[in-house]
Order: sequence, then C-alpha cells, then structure tokens
Amino acid sequence: MTDLTQSPLPEPSALSRGLRVLAGNRTGMIGFVLVALIIGSAIFAPWIVPYDPAAIMVGPRMAPPSAEHWLGTDNIGRDIFSRVIAGGRIAMLVAAASLTAALSAGLLLGLIAGLGPRWLDNVLLLVFDALRSFPTIVFGLAVVTIIGPSLFTVMLVVAITSIPIYARIVRTQTMALKNAEFILAERAMGVGMPRLLFIHVLPNVLGPLLILASMDVPLVIATEAGLSFLGMGVRPPTPSWGVILNDGYNFIRNSPWPVIGGSIPIILVTLGFTFLGEALRDIFDPKLRKAG
Amino acid sequence: MASPAATRPAPQDEPLVSIDGLSVDFATPRGTIHALRNIDLEVPRGKVLGLVGESGCGKSTLAYSLIGLLSENARIAGGAIRMDGHDLARLGPRAWRDLRGQRISMIFQDPMTALNPVTTIGRQMMDIQYRDPGTRAQKRARAIEFLEQVQLPDAASKLDVYPHQLSGGMRQRVCIAMALLTRPDLLIADEPTTALDATLEMQIVTLLRELQEKFGCSVLFVSHHLGTVAELCDEVAVMYAGEVVERGAVAEVFNAPRHPYTQALFDCDPARIRVATRHLPTIPGTLPDLRQPPRGCAFRARCGKAFARCEVEHPPLYPAAPGQDARCHLVDPAEDAS
Amino acid sequence: MLLYAFQRFGLSVVIVMVAVSILTLMLHVVPGDPAVMILGPRATPELIEQTRVAMGLDRPLPVQIVTFFGNILRGDLGQDVFTGRSVSRIVFEQLPYTLILISVSILWAATLGIALGCYSALRRNTWLDTLTGVISVGTISIPAFVMALYSVLVFAVWLRWLPAIGAGEGFWDGIRHLILPSFAIGISWVGYVARIVRASMLEVMGQPHVRMARAYGLPDELITRSHILKIAVQPAVTLIGTGVAHLFSAAVFVEAIFARPGIGALIVQAVNERNYPIVLGAVLVTTGIIVLATLVSDLVIAWLDPRQREEL
Repeated sequence: MTDLTQSPLPEPSALSRGLRVLAGNRTGMIGFVLVALIIGSAIFAPWIVPYDPAAIMVGPRMAPPSAEHWLGTDNIGRDIFSRVIAGGRIAMLVAAASLTAALSAGLLLGLIAGLGPRWLDNVLLLVFDALRSFPTIVFGLAVVTIIGPSLFTVMLVVAITSIPIYARIVRTQTMALKNAEFILAERAMGVGMPRLLFIHVLPNVLGPLLILASMDVPLVIATEAGLSFLGMGVRPPTPSWGVILNDGYNFIRNSPWPVIGGSIPIILVTLGFTFLGEALRDIFDPKLRKAG
Repeated sequence: MASPAATRPAPQDEPLVSIDGLSVDFATPRGTIHALRNIDLEVPRGKVLGLVGESGCGKSTLAYSLIGLLSENARIAGGAIRMDGHDLARLGPRAWRDLRGQRISMIFQDPMTALNPVTTIGRQMMDIQYRDPGTRAQKRARAIEFLEQVQLPDAASKLDVYPHQLSGGMRQRVCIAMALLTRPDLLIADEPTTALDATLEMQIVTLLRELQEKFGCSVLFVSHHLGTVAELCDEVAVMYAGEVVERGAVAEVFNAPRHPYTQALFDCDPARIRVATRHLPTIPGTLPDLRQPPRGCAFRARCGKAFARCEVEHPPLYPAAPGQDARCHLVDPAEDAS
Repeated sequence: MLLYAFQRFGLSVVIVMVAVSILTLMLHVVPGDPAVMILGPRATPELIEQTRVAMGLDRPLPVQIVTFFGNILRGDLGQDVFTGRSVSRIVFEQLPYTLILISVSILWAATLGIALGCYSALRRNTWLDTLTGVISVGTISIPAFVMALYSVLVFAVWLRWLPAIGAGEGFWDGIRHLILPSFAIGISWVGYVARIVRASMLEVMGQPHVRMARAYGLPDELITRSHILKIAVQPAVTLIGTGVAHLFSAAVFVEAIFARPGIGALIVQAVNERNYPIVLGAVLVTTGIIVLATLVSDLVIAWLDPRQREEL
C-alpha cells in the first residue's frame, strides 16, 4: 500500500470497532435497540397505526387497555396507541430538523468565531453565553408570543438554544488547529484555508458533535412535548406526545391511561438516546466525559 | 491484644522490620500478576536501606506493602512482615491506621500531587498531629520547627500557603518535614527525587541523609538512580522481576556486584561510564511475563552468562561474601567446586 | 478573590444585557409592526398609537435600546399594556413563589444526591450503590413535567395523600402543597447529582494526595471530608449552578400542572394574552437570576479550591 491510499479519515476501522464494542456494552445495546425501534416506528407510522390517530369514537371513551386498543382510548374515543405512534413521527421530525439546523449553524458560527478577528469572537461568545442563560422553555414561550405557536416555532426554539453548545466545540477545535504547525506548513504550501478546514477540522469535530446531538435528542423531545403540553407548540388535533398528555391531564381523575400512554414513549426515547449517546461517547471520545 | 503501636524495647542489632517470604499478587482482567515473589529482606535499625531496580521490578509494590497501602486489586499471597513481633501482613485496617503516621510514614514520588491541593500547608501539618493532645498553638509551633528542619526559608509564612504556590523542590521539603514530624521508626521514601531536576535531587538527598542521622530512624529508600543510592544508603537490595536478586552493604555491592543483573545495571549507569561512547549501553530484552514467572532464573533470558542450570533450577540467595547475597548459580559454592 | 468576583459580576451584567437585546431585537426582526405584535388581536388604531408612544416604539431602535437599559437600571421594566400596572411589580409579586419552589426542590435533591453519591463511591457494589445507580438512570430519563403528572396521578388521585392544586394557605398548608411539586422538580436532580458526585469521588479517591493522607493514618471521616469531598463536590456545584435555567423551565410546567402561582404561571398567562412587556420582564428577571446563580457557583468553587482563584 502506498501513502496515497491512506485516507485522513479513520472512519471505517473506528466504526467497525465501535459497533463491536457497542455489542459488548449492555446499556449501549439497549439504547441502540430502543432508538432503532423508535426511529423505525416513526418512519413507518402510517402503516403501523391500527386506527386513524385523529378519528374520534373509534372505540368507547376513556377505555382502559384492551386487545383492540393497546393503550386504551381518550376522552373523545381516539385510540391512544395510534396517537402515540403518530406523535413519535412529529417528535422525530422536530428532533431531526432542529438538530440538523443547530449543527449546521453551530458549525458555521464556530468556524467564524475560531477564525475571525478577536472582536467578532468575543461578540459571538457573549451571544452564546446569553443564549445559554435563557431557560429553554421560558425562551420558547417568549418566541411563541412573537411568532405564535406552531411546529416551526418549536423547531426554531430548539435550534437556537442548541447552537451555542455546538458552536463552542467547533470554535475550540478550530482555534487549536488554526495554529498547529502542520496547518501552517500546508498553508505555506498554498493550500487554501477552506480546504484545510474541510480536511482537518471537520473530521475532528463531527464525531463529538454527533455524539452530543444524540444525547440532546431527549432534551429536544422534552421541549417539544413540554411546549405542546402547555398549548404553545404543536396544535391539536395533531397528535404530539405533549398534546396527548395535555388531553389526558384534563381528565386525569377519570382515566390515567392517556397520561400513562403519552408518557411512556417520552421515557423510552430519553432512556434510549441517553444510553446510546453515553455508550458512543465512552467508545469514541472519552474526553467528552468531562465536557459533557 | 497489645497494639502494634506500643513499642517494646529491642536490642540494637535486631532489624526493625524483617520480611520473610513475602509474595504479592495483582488481580487484573488479563490474569493474576505475581508482582512480588518470596521476598526476604531486613530493614536495619537506624540505617538506610536502598531498593533499586528497573521500573516494574516491584520495588514500589514492596514499599507500599510495608505501609499497607497496596492498591485494591493487590493481595498478599504469602509470607510475613515482622515488626516488633507483629506480622504487618496480617494487620486489619484499624491496626494499620494506628501504625501509619506514628511508627511508619512515607514520602511520595511526585511532590506536585502528594499534598492536598485545597488545604493550606499549615492545616495539613496540623492535621497529621491529630493524635497529639497539644493545643493548636503547640502544633503550629511544631510544624514551623520541622519546616525549619528541612531548611525551608521563612518557614512560618509557609503555613498559610497552598501547595500550588510552592515549587516542586519546596513541596518535597514540606513532605519530608511532614514525614519526620511524626517521628517515625521507619520512613519509606518512594523515589522522592525522580520528579525533581538534578540539582534539587542532590539537595534533597543530602537533606535526607542529615535528617536521618539526626533523628536516627530507619529509611527504606526506593530509587532507580544508583548515584543517589550510593550517596545515601548503608545497605542496598537489587530487585528484578519481583525478586531480590542481590543484597548487601552498599560498599560491597557497588564495589563487587555478584549478580549479572547488578553488573549490567552498573554498566548501564551513565555516571559510571568512563570510556567516551556515542551510545548508552542498555540491557537487551525485556522483563519476563509475571503472570507466569519463569521456572528457572528470572534473568536468564537477558543474561550473557546463563548456562544449562539457570533454565531448570530457580536460584536461591547464595551467600556471596560476608553480608552480601546474590540469587545466581554462579555464586553457588558448589558451582565453583565443579 | 474580590477582584475576581467583580470581574465575573461585570461579565454577568453584560451577558444579561445581551440576552435582553436579543429578545428586543427579535421583536423588531420579525416582519410587522411591533405594537401590533404586542397587542395581538386586540389592536385598535388608537391602542396601537398609544402603545407605540408609551413604549417609545416611535423612536429609532438604538435610542429605544438605550432607554430600555436605562429604565432597567432604575428598576423600571415598563408597563403592562392592558392594565398599565408596572411590570416589575407584577413580576416581583410572583417571583417569591417560584424561588421558594425551586430552592426547596434543589436543596433536598442536592443534599440527598450528594449523600447517595458519596455513599456509593465509598461503598461500591453494595445494594444501596446499585439502587442509587438504577434510581439515577430511571429518574434522569423522566422529564420534570412527566414526573409532575405522575406525582399528581399517584399521590393525589390514587392515594389521595397530598393536595395537587394551588399553593395552600398559611405555613403548614403551604408546606403540604410544596411536597409534590418539589418532589417532581427535584427527583431527577437526585440522580444527576448522585451520578456526578460518585464519578468525581472515585476519580479523586485515586489521587496521590489521598494516598498520602492514608499514609498518615488520618481518620477516614477527615480524609473523606477535607481530602476527597472538598474536591469531588465541585462538578456538582457547577452542575447545579448552570442547572438553575432548567429549574426555571421545570417550574413553568409544575406551576401549570399544580395550578400554583409563580413566575412560570405568569409567563404562560402572559403568552396566552400576548402581553409581551410582561413576558419580556419575566424573562429578563429569570435570566438575571440564572446568570447570578452561575456566578455564585463559580464563587463557591473559588472558595473551595484555591487553584481556581488564580485561574482568572
């Protein structure tokens, strides 16, 4: 083998090593299975649901779990299991969209802070600190007052509050690499900065960013469900987990099933992504242990 | 049962500590490591015993087993450590605690990390006097007295500083002051100069020698630096792969090493090389796998003088000269005869 | 130490100012007339003009921001657009309820969490250690508002042990009404704190200075307290300090679910009425408290650890 075949990305070996270690990590494996189940059910939701999640009176009102209705029915006779599965689709959509947006923006802002002039770096750091000092929900409510409640608002709030964490990691990594000798040498040889960033910074930060993002999913889900629960996120009748819980809470003295059914997926998602994220972190990046 | 801390007067020629057949195992995920095997050694009263060898030879493990601070996965697999008629190898946690900081104390390798970083020097020096009935003022005065003993300038003001505000050399002086303050019978020094630079090393060694003579305690000095051992110690034990391979008075062993390993160690000591050379000599080969210690001589694989007997028969410590023993078949009087 | 505190305080003030600017700017970045936005569906032409003048929206943006900061420094957060009452009065009326709720929650949770974390590190692999591990993972994966729903379900609806609605009248009734909400907010913090304390205890216990303390035969209790815990508790302090933001978020839900008064309930109500001055005022005050909490946690760590004092 010549030097030409050596890729700067140690990806394949690290990935297979990671999968092998994951198989030996009990909680990591549980997390992986849970996450796979949830993502799978979100993708295939329209084919899984036994009833139309929005259809009323498909069964008796506020029925306990039965063979026909696995998680019972709500106050207007909708099938809770179908609503929970459909809600998972919403939750995963919010998580995927907002975390992608936050990752991209964080990557860009982190690079700007790391490479730009000192004053710009300081300004960005201040903005990051300011954004981090908002309680997510309180900030979300403020945004709702301005642009009104919607699925988009939820995504916007989650994206904005997640950006600082990602941007800071990218910034630190960029700063460390900016003055590294091999970078200076390559620059002297005329390699352009954007290309250098693409080759050296990106592979270095992508792993930690993705691990952090996977550990952030529970937070995103909780924010979405929380805002929707308060009636400030996804609007009924769209079956978000928060909406299911809100409907259920109003009738908590009549039937516990909507609350139980709506909360189980939230707990499972949190467990799954936390387990998986922690396992990935331990496998790929033990240094994150302290930062996280 | 009498507490081991209660000293019983002993004749001067009886050793302070005698180690008989001590073996220590470490449980690791890859198997049991037999880190110390059948150690026989005496720490003489009021003298300095040096313990030398490469890293990984077990000298630190031996030092830590003398103060009962082996790591959690270590186990004393056999043998005894006798001190005043008590067997330290069988001591419970409470009895150990009574002994530490009273009769035995220790100076550690790295002064940068040995002191509590979040407490002042004075507080730490007063804490270790917690058994004394004296007042705070008395304890404070005693701390200052010992900081002066280790020649720390402006000792009184040092009580109120934190460790990170002192240099490495100063911190090691503080550690020595603390160790001596408890007036131990046995002071264990685990490579106390390794983390310091060369000029400081000599200062600390000289200081240790002076203070040892002044206080008359026994010192177990662990080092891989032959020069400091020659400077400081009365007796020396050379360790290799978890065994004592040679022991005796420093003068004898340094003048006429009898074990091939000791000889090789001296050949590799930069301070002893008289002929100009471009390459520092090294001993070829590596330490044997201590999960399965070799059947014959542990040094056989790296020894230039090995012969058939070394492969099959584990050598005992043969008396090589008056007061000097070596674990080598070449020293066996029977081998001479044949 | 004093200089350090002052520098950090200055930085905190700047951060709060930037945070408020972000919220104010957001109002102007969104297309449309801010006054209409603030008034929402109730806007009549007269009311819009009135609001515009009252809030200074007719002046240029930089002037608005400067006046706004000037007003904040004088403790003036503006007026409620509907009733004309002072926003700072309204906010500070509600603040004590929330502060009591989150302080009680974090206090019991941190105390129990530190004790459990400490115990599990010192006695590894005992049943209580295993139990702590299981509880930690279990409670961390349940968001505060779900926990609040379950505490209502179990303790108020099924068992009927405790009240679920309101803040109660008088001292003892108030305490009875605090139990469930503070349980719902605090329980996951027991897990966070126990986990982080256990991990950092184990790390510190392996450090050479602890071995040295053992070499002097110091009593275990002294070693644990001044050689291990004093260092190992620091990550927990930081966690709690930066976690105050999450406490406020949790308080929003808990106040909604238990129908308690407080700043969270105030914000939710203001959002429903689209009463932006109140939302802005409440966000400003909570952000200020959060930044202050971070500052306090940094100072506590500087007080515990002399090495941190010189970092700045």
